[in-house]
Amino acid sequence: MDLTELTIKQAHEGLVQKKFSCKDLTLAYLENIKKLDGKINAYLTVTEYLALSQAEKVDEKIGRGEEIKMLEGIPCAIKDAIMVEGEKCTAASKILENYIAPYDATVIKKLKDLGVVILGKTNTDEFTMGSSTENSAFKITKNPHDLTRVAGGSSGGSAAAVSANMACFTLGSDTGGSIRQPASLCGVVGLCPTYGAVSRYGLIAHASSLDQIGPFAKTVEDAQIVLEAIAGRDEKDSTSKDYEFKKFDASLKGIKIGVPKEYFAKGIDPEVEKVIRSAIEKAKKAGAEIVEMSLPSSEYALACYYVIDPSEISANLARFDGIKYGLSEPSEKLLDVYLKSRGKGFGAEVKRRIMIGTYCLSSGYYDAYYKKAQEARELIRQDFEKAFKKVDLLFCPVSPFPAFKIGEKADNPLAMYLADIYTIPMKLAGLPGLSLPAGKIGSLPVGLQIIGNHFEENKILSVAQELEKVL
Amino acid sequence: MITKEEVEHIAKLARLELTEKEIEKMQKDLSAILDYVNLLKKAPRAKEEHSNILKNVGMLDLDMMRKDEAVSQKREVVQKIIQASPDKKDDFIKVKSIL
Repeated sequence: MDLTELTIKQAHEGLVQKKFSCKDLTLAYLENIKKLDGKINAYLTVTEYLALSQAEKVDEKIGRGEEIKMLEGIPCAIKDAIMVEGEKCTAASKILENYIAPYDATVIKKLKDLGVVILGKTNTDEFTMGSSTENSAFKITKNPHDLTRVAGGSSGGSAAAVSANMACFTLGSDTGGSIRQPASLCGVVGLCPTYGAVSRYGLIAHASSLDQIGPFAKTVEDAQIVLEAIAGRDEKDSTSKDYEFKKFDASLKGIKIGVPKEYFAKGIDPEVEKVIRSAIEKAKKAGAEIVEMSLPSSEYALACYYVIDPSEISANLARFDGIKYGLSEPSEKLLDVYLKSRGKGFGAEVKRRIMIGTYCLSSGYYDAYYKKAQEARELIRQDFEKAFKKVDLLFCPVSPFPAFKIGEKADNPLAMYLADIYTIPMKLAGLPGLSLPAGKIGSLPVGLQIIGNHFEENKILSVAQELEKVL
Repeated sequence: MITKEEVEHIAKLARLELTEKEIEKMQKDLSAILDYVNLLKKAPRAKEEHSNILKNVGMLDLDMMRKDEAVSQKREVVQKIIQASPDKKDDFIKVKSIL
């Protein structure tokens, strides 16, 4: 039996029935990382010592005959933008290359309290800005299904780690598509919860009106287990909401699924469309009512995002000043410390977004860009509000194309931005979305995106679990 | 096309030192991105006030605001935070003189 192929629930049962120890399970994953990660580059740091000491505690507990919780002893990995106390947290940036996290993020505190085993920190685009992990200052994560292609991004390391059985589940973060898109490209389940469902305390900020933490897992059920563990109000994140996940038994039979035509427009790979249409057809056969609809303001979503996101970045990343933490270039004058530390520490994409944001917020341009983008954001939100009065869920592709070749879009920022064209609109409206593996083009996975209304992850997960069996 | 001077001005506001090569690439990239973003001009005006828009996306929930006050942290966390700064003395983070 290959222990690394087990789901959370199967691994839990194995531990309870003493078929294997937590140390066996942890070592099996560490072995896989040693064997595979030289080629895949999913990890930035492997926390072997932490993992084995956590595993030992779980084994002692099992040895004493105590009951263990569902996530207890389950080996996971964490995107390197989320802080794990005492471990490096780089956000894949040179400016934080040697930064040691002084405390645990709230999601980590919750997972540690439940007894998980943390295998390491996973690769991301620098400060989670990108769609391929090619913007990481340290390495490019390869797609486990085809090593010449990207794993997607920004949470590419977290997606690839689950896909290649180098972690049982992982955490990532999604600002414009950074969980759903790599999940789609790597063929795993990825869930971006509703804005406010999960605390971001201890997640290195990218764009605060959008950032959200969520799980990658092998199955929908596993994603649900992790969501339940990390969701809820946290006094340290004022945008987090009092949200308790409640199981909901939705069935495809009788459910109304909206299919927005704007998500099958020009630019979509016909093979991707075929996979998604066939998934929709299967939902229909299982009894779902399919409603063709329009979300006309989606057209403005990408432009809206590339004003709001960089604007928030330009403010959030002002904290990297060469004084408080991270890389510091010595200089006589304070201003030069700022200029040189940031000039040397940030990579090309981060600089580009800081520049766009600073431009959009600068004197004379605010109304034309930032304010206009906020208005467009409201139109997009209203589109979805209207849609959810008519339907329960929306089905569309996650990405217009499957995993692309490494280097293919690296020098063309706009081409890279288009990778998130189907994941950004719902994010601007703060809605939850899940990527469900729906089929393949050759060896390359394609994900179906299931969007729900605010805090209706339960509906998404319930329908996804049913669909998972027939896809 | 955004001029070299504009890029230099924005870079200064953003506290970023850019090389000549970076400035040149930035002119090209920023121009292309801003051209694309100009699509927003076509968007109809939203009827809502700006503050309502922020409220609608959950960014301005006044009930969620906390008091702006200093809260004591555990000694060990304070030490770790100071430890993480590049230049420090005793319990302080050292900063260059400003005036």
